[in-house]
Amino acid sequence: MGRRAWLIIAIPAITLFVAFWLLPMAKLAGLGAATPQGMDVSAYWLVLTQPRYWQSLANTVGLSLAATLATLAIALPVSRFLARHPAFPGRRVLMSLLIFPLAFPGVVVGFLVILATGRQGVLNTLAKALSGEPMVLAYGMAGLFIGYLYFLLPRTIGVLMAAVEGIDRHWLEAAQTLGASPWRRFVDIELPALTSALTAAGAMCFATAMGAFGTVFTLGTKIDVLPITIYDEFTNYANIPVAAALSVVLGLATWAALYIANTLANRSASAR
Amino acid sequence: MTLASPIQALSITLANCAKTWPDGTRALEPLDLGVRAGETLALLGPSGCGKTTLLRMICGLEETDAGGSIRFGNDDVTRVAPEARGVGVVFQGYALFPNMNVAQNVGYGLKIRGVDVETRRKRVMEMLELVELEALAERRVDRLSGGQRQRVALARAIAIEPRVLLLDEPLTALDARLRQQLRVDLAALLRKLGITCVIVTHDQEEAMMLGDRVAVMSAGRLEQIGQPETLYREPASPFVADFIGTLCRLQGSVVSAHHGVESLSFRPYEIRLGPPGNGLEANIVARFYLGSHIRFELVLDDGQPFTALAEPDAPWQPGERVAINLTQSRTAKEPAPC
Repeated sequence: MGRRAWLIIAIPAITLFVAFWLLPMAKLAGLGAATPQGMDVSAYWLVLTQPRYWQSLANTVGLSLAATLATLAIALPVSRFLARHPAFPGRRVLMSLLIFPLAFPGVVVGFLVILATGRQGVLNTLAKALSGEPMVLAYGMAGLFIGYLYFLLPRTIGVLMAAVEGIDRHWLEAAQTLGASPWRRFVDIELPALTSALTAAGAMCFATAMGAFGTVFTLGTKIDVLPITIYDEFTNYANIPVAAALSVVLGLATWAALYIANTLANRSASAR
Repeated sequence: MTLASPIQALSITLANCAKTWPDGTRALEPLDLGVRAGETLALLGPSGCGKTTLLRMICGLEETDAGGSIRFGNDDVTRVAPEARGVGVVFQGYALFPNMNVAQNVGYGLKIRGVDVETRRKRVMEMLELVELEALAERRVDRLSGGQRQRVALARAIAIEPRVLLLDEPLTALDARLRQQLRVDLAALLRKLGITCVIVTHDQEEAMMLGDRVAVMSAGRLEQIGQPETLYREPASPFVADFIGTLCRLQGSVVSAHHGVESLSFRPYEIRLGPPGNGLEANIVARFYLGSHIRFELVLDDGQPFTALAEPDAPWQPGERVAINLTQSRTAKEPAPC
């Protein structure tokens, strides 16, 4: 294809990219540099220096990281089981149930968490009946954590199942005849084969968790996460510079975490 | 495990080994099979005949039905897990570990056994020399050719000094020309190692070249076991006769009128063509010149087709009528001795 023909394809693509990505992003970044009303420093400076925002960022990263790791830890054995047992009674039903919450908006997930672990929830009723002590998780960190698992697990199980199915059964059998125990086979053969899928699924979980809004909003916890803080600054205080600065920080923090995860995964893959 | 010790060959004895899948299908009828120490036995049969299942039972990846027993020498391994059985297996498609290079693949079994790094490195190089791949030790396995992969798989299997060596269709994944060459190499290597070996194949020529003895299987049964020559000359059943080379069968009144038997079976080269007027006659349908011989396709007067091989100077042409005489024939009435 000639240089000119490439231009015909490239121009619309570049136009779209500039119009819908570069310009709004530049505007957002520019807004963050503005000075909020009644302040004498830029919004970026405020966001980086005020403990309230710091706390929110720490909450978001910590919660997202924990939810991602927990999701991977739960999804891996479940995916392995489902991929290795293609026919057992009730498998289709189980699969449907696992995938079902996929389409729920965060609000519904939040509501489900309240139904399960709220003041009138199943868990509280059971706990009161059994021990007399109330047990309410929905409105604290535990509730948020459960809510995040709710929407991360269905996404992850599908991805990991496909990856497990891609492992050649003969690799594991070869390792077995060479003397490898189930644990060694898992560590030496399966995990390396799943590294890229685990990294990809983990990155998706983390990015989704970092931006989660509906669930947290519904649970109405005292704990602030960045999306909620941004929402507050934007709607309640009309503090657009701080909202913009926080958005940029959220984006950068997510990008940095994914970058580190990717680098580590690549390093461990090439070290073997 | 002492690495310097030569491989000590053990016999394999299967007694009353059957395999039934959970859904009730019988993969293997109960069978007894003995592989002598140091011998290479080829399991030959069409796909689905149970030969791979039998191989997987020997290495422990499938359990035998209750009542079966497998022994290596005097050691009963029926209930021993594959990890502890000490078998070297070359899988169909080779199953090399994609996350390890050539040397790491070959050394994996030794690493599992806790062999120290230095001894392991030596042993791996020894193995790679044996299969002539020492220059590729650091290469990634996805950068290897099919033939190289096959040799890495073999080196990996024998690096652990297995008690027996099992090969599942070791040459099937390769193209025809390479397969010819590797067959010769593999036969030489197995002889050099002197290890007891079972090879699964659906290729008759491969089985006859590699196996000291060949076991022909069909539909979960052992049809016949013997030296390649015995199987070819004295097949115990029509299935064996047909699977090992081509067998022609003729029957009916035309045959009985001339030979006094109900049916005749013979190999294409066991027939002589001559001028008509002397015995059973047939019409030549086609003639193929193949260099070392000529292949004729013929039909009897009642329409039964058969094949004959003749010297390259045979004058007969399609459309001509010839008399056929058997040089060495077997009849259905007198089955060949086993």
